[in-house]
Parts: sequence; C-alpha cells; structure tokens
Amino acid sequence: MRVMSRNAREKLYFNLFRACGGLVVLTLIVIIAYMVIGSLPVLSLDFLTEPPRRANTAGGVLTPLVGTIYLMAIVSVFAIPIGVLSAVYLSEYQGKGWASHFWRIVVSNLAGVPSIVYGLLGLALFVTFAGLGRSLIASGLTLGVLALPIVISASREAIKAIPPSVREASIALGATKWQTIQHHVLPYAMPGILTGVILALSRAAGETAPILLTGAAFYMSSMPDSIFSQFMALPYHVYAVATQTMAGMNGSPVVYGAAIVLLILVIGMNLIAIVVRKKYREKYRW
Amino acid sequence: MSSIEVKHLNVWFDDKQALRDVNMTIPNKGITAIIGPSGCGKSTFIRSINRMNDIIPSCRVEGQILVEGKDLYGPDVDVTEVRKRIGMVFQRPNPFPKSIYENIAYAPRIHGTKDKRKLSAIVEHSLRRAALWDEVKDRLDKSAYDLSGGQQQRLCIARALAIDPEIILFDEPCSALDPIATAKIEDLLSDLKDEYTVVIVTHNMQQAARVADQTAYFYLGELIEFGDTTQLFERPENELTERYITGRMG
Repeated sequence: MRVMSRNAREKLYFNLFRACGGLVVLTLIVIIAYMVIGSLPVLSLDFLTEPPRRANTAGGVLTPLVGTIYLMAIVSVFAIPIGVLSAVYLSEYQGKGWASHFWRIVVSNLAGVPSIVYGLLGLALFVTFAGLGRSLIASGLTLGVLALPIVISASREAIKAIPPSVREASIALGATKWQTIQHHVLPYAMPGILTGVILALSRAAGETAPILLTGAAFYMSSMPDSIFSQFMALPYHVYAVATQTMAGMNGSPVVYGAAIVLLILVIGMNLIAIVVRKKYREKYRW
Repeated sequence: MSSIEVKHLNVWFDDKQALRDVNMTIPNKGITAIIGPSGCGKSTFIRSINRMNDIIPSCRVEGQILVEGKDLYGPDVDVTEVRKRIGMVFQRPNPFPKSIYENIAYAPRIHGTKDKRKLSAIVEHSLRRAALWDEVKDRLDKSAYDLSGGQQQRLCIARALAIDPEIILFDEPCSALDPIATAKIEDLLSDLKDEYTVVIVTHNMQQAARVADQTAYFYLGELIEFGDTTQLFERPENELTERYITGRMG
C-alpha cells in the first residue's frame, strides 16, 4: 500500500531540494547582513584610509588592508607561474604511468593539508631555515605553498578539458609542442585557470593560521617598509580585535568592519575573475 | 616529385602490432584512397606519413617512408618540417576557436611569415583554393565555430593548404558530414589532385571509387592489395579484397 501518491512525493522532494538550495542563499545573506549591521557605526571611506588607533579598538583598517594586498601580490608572483607551469608539465609532458598517478595523489593531498600545518612548515622552512625571519615574504611564501595545489588542480582540469583534436590540429601544421601549448592550450584553458587562481587567492587572503606563525603582527603603527618587515593583515586583525577588545559578546564594530572589508576584497577579486573569464569566452568561442 | 615510398613499415602500440610490413609506393599527384574495415590500420598508416603517431607515447615505428628519396624517419629529420610539407585534415572538423582569418594565418605565421599583407594574401588564396572564400569573405573576423560542419571542414583544408604542403592527408574527412557537404569536399579533392599528392582514408567504398585514382585495401594491419581504382573494384586480384568490396566482410 502506498502511503503517498506519486505526485505528492514529487512535490515533497521538489520542495525539499528547493529548501536546501534556499538555505545556502540564506546563509550568505545572513552573513553579509549581520556584518553590515554590526559594522554600520564605523563604515565609511575613512575606515579604509585610516590606520587602527587605540589598540585596534578605533580607527580604520588601512595597515591590515595594505598588508593583505601585499601578501596577495607575493602569493600571485610565486604561486601562479609555478602552479600553472607545473600543471602544464603534469598534463602535457608527463606520461600516463604510475608517476602521473602519484603526482595527482600528492597534489590532492597537499590541498587537504590543514592550514596550521602550512604555518608550521613556513615557520620552520622560511622563517628559521631560510632566515627570512617573521616577515611579509615568509608569510607570502607560506601562503603561496598553500595556494599551489589549488592552482595546480584547477589549471590541470582546465587544460584537460581542451579537446585533443585542437592539439592535433596545431601539431599537424608543424607547430612544436610548446607552440601548441603557448598558442592554443593555455589561452583556451585560461578561463578555468583564472577561476582556480582567484579561488586560491581568496583562500590565501582569508587564512589566519599560517601568517600568525610566520610574520603577522598584532599591532603596528606603520606600514611594512620592506618585504622583510612584519605586517598587519585583515584576517589576523579580525581575530586580534575580536579576542582583545572588551566589547563583550557583540564585539566591536571594528571587527565587523574589518571582516566586511576582507569579504569585499575577496568578492571583488571574484568579480574581476568573472569579467576576465567572460572576455576570454568571447574571444575563444567553441 | 612527391611520391611516397613506404618500405617495410611496422607500427606497434605497446605490444599490439597495428601495421605489418607495409610496402607500397604512392605515386606523385593524384588521389590514393586507403580502404578497409575498422581497426585494419588505415588511420595508423596515414598518421605514420606525417609522423602524427609520434605524439602517442606507446607508439613504435620501424621501417622507412621516403619522400623525394629522403626517409621521414631518418636520424636528423625535423618533425615539424615534415608536418609542414605534409598537411593533414582530420575526421572531425577541428578548427581553432578563433576567427576564420586566424585559423588560416596561424600556420604561416609560426613558420615565419610576419608581413600582414602577405598573410592576408595567403588567407585569401587558401580560402579560394578550398572553395570557401565566397561564403566567408565578409566575415573573416567571425569565429570559425559560426560555420556549418561542412564549411568548418573546408576551413581545415584551407588551413592545411596555407603552408603550401606537397602532400595532403585526409583521415576520413567526410565521416561527420552530410551528403551535400561530402559532395563539396569530393569536388574539392578532385581539384586539388593536380597540384598535390592526396592520400585519403575512407570508410566509404563508393567515395573511394568516385574520387581515387589508386586504391589500397588494408586488412588486419596488412596491405592486401594496391592498384588502379577501377581495376581494384572491378577485378580484384585478392580474394580478401573481393570479399570486402562485395560486402561479404567488414
């Protein structure tokens, strides 16, 4: 005996799926709304252009914002070329044997390593062993290592999605393998690669643990003057303000303000990626 | 003289032998068709001629293929030079996802032609040669993927012609096309054969009979029979050939 008619079941499942989908959207809206409301008292352009004051409880987020932007620049310089080129090696030059299988396992496991472990690695390798000290460059490199597997996997997938027939066409015209990669494979894979790069940068921008161990400062009265100096960064700033101020459960508006600046930074990077991706899609249309 | 002399050609993929001791001389100019059932090695054979099999790591080639007396598999041969002299058109149209102009200009550019006026002349000449110019001359900057399947395949032919090869290989060029587009490609093949040595692999025996001057029949990796098309279809010497062309096998 049937408890429910087929149509009723259909409705039930449809609504269940819709509710799950709605929940995801709702989560994002709640997060943003909560932070916007919390940060209303401090939210203004001055918040971006003023350094923190009175032990982080007042003033803006200029110093941490600049620190995070510097970090992103260092991560980009190291992780993007190394990540993309090693993805090219893995998918275009390396055969299909056990070695390639091994590489893939290594990369996907790297992506799963907890960020605090990267922090420890950075502390041991860059801060101590390489003698870079607690500095922008040590933190940037640590975050770069963390971003690498994300860049590699995304680039690899994007490169794999280019049909072999296009490579054949180029090779058959007398192009070398590198010419084929340079003129066809990489440009056509660029939208996917960019997605991976932005994903990796967003992830790196939000990490607290690795920079905590390798160079982020609780408070600095000035901007970092070289890549070897310490710095403030947004995620650590949020942590620092949230744990150190006496504003109680509701936190200080500075926390929400810093968090929303970080969020806008990340969303902004994603928007840029969308625009660039769209341009590439128009340029190379299948 | 761009005849192709094949001597004791053996090809393996890992341990599996795909071609067994193939010996034949494909004459200069004209159309030579390669026919045979699926898996007989005809694609492997044609891809050996421009060394496209090189890009498959498991592939091993023994024997010689001589063009103008020079072995394409010789020790100091530049593969890209081989592929520049021997063009190829594939089973499915595979234009680059770029403009029509860029599709044609790509190969001359990587082979050293930088002058814009020269490139434009090459583009126009190649497209005319491939009977596509009138259909696309007003939209050279449009994506190649805006073209129909048959037009795309003619674009690929024009692309192959743009580096001025001596030999052009066609690997089942019509298998993804409708009859009208197929007829256009066949007309085009007949136009090209006075100027180029054309080798075409085809599944379609009628196509071989219609366009080819010589036809070769491959079976299980061996060349069974090679001769004048009319003779091969009307008075095959080998029993295997006869069974295939009369439809009793394959």
